[in-house]
Amino acid sequence: MATTLGQAFGSGSIQVKADVAHWRAALRLGGDLLVNSGCTLPGYTEQMIQAVEELGPYIVIAPGLALAHARPSELVLKTGLSLVTLRQPVEFGNTQNDPVSLVFALSAVDHDSHIDLLQLFAGLASDQKNVNSLLTGDSIEAIRLALG
Amino acid sequence: MGIGTSVLLKMNAEKALLQLGVEATVEATDIETARAATDASILLTTPDLVDRLQGLNGQVISIEQLFDLGEITEKLAVALQA
Repeated sequence: MATTLGQAFGSGSIQVKADVAHWRAALRLGGDLLVNSGCTLPGYTEQMIQAVEELGPYIVIAPGLALAHARPSELVLKTGLSLVTLRQPVEFGNTQNDPVSLVFALSAVDHDSHIDLLQLFAGLASDQKNVNSLLTGDSIEAIRLALG
Repeated sequence: MGIGTSVLLKMNAEKALLQLGVEATVEATDIETARAATDASILLTTPDLVDRLQGLNGQVISIEQLFDLGEITEKLAVALQA
């Protein structure tokens, strides 16, 4: 189990200042990064998008920040996170927290083993200084430094 | 859906309950499970999902900012008095 948040972001799981036109494209990119880093199979990405289509933009959990995910399934190979930072923010349709510049995607193998990871994530997301570092970071190194 | 948003909400709800000195069991669930949880006295959710929890026995509280412990504590305190 990861003891720092950064460890949950595998190699190839971070993309900085991406250009996307729409929230779907942002989630697709986040899903691709989970696939790249060996966490999921491509079908998981579509499930993340479907969840928002069905249930709404509840994944936008803080101002400017989304945490996409789908259920644990055979499409998840390991627990992990990816992060896309956006050059231009996108709207998810979330009245409280749009527009979104930080799109995290989470994969979990079951309902329990990622809880420690989410504790670390909550610490990051509720600390505005860290969030600002993620927003301004213009390299993967800068982002990794902010993730801890 | 029982693994992301709800887990974060559960963590902060537990902190809020601790501050309020209230002992309670908090579970992180997806919408279907929450709808089936007829013994829940309070259901915490985000504004997007409030409509999907109508018609249940428990009180539904809408939390606008998941990481705002003040908001969660305040709304839980009101709900617990009702």
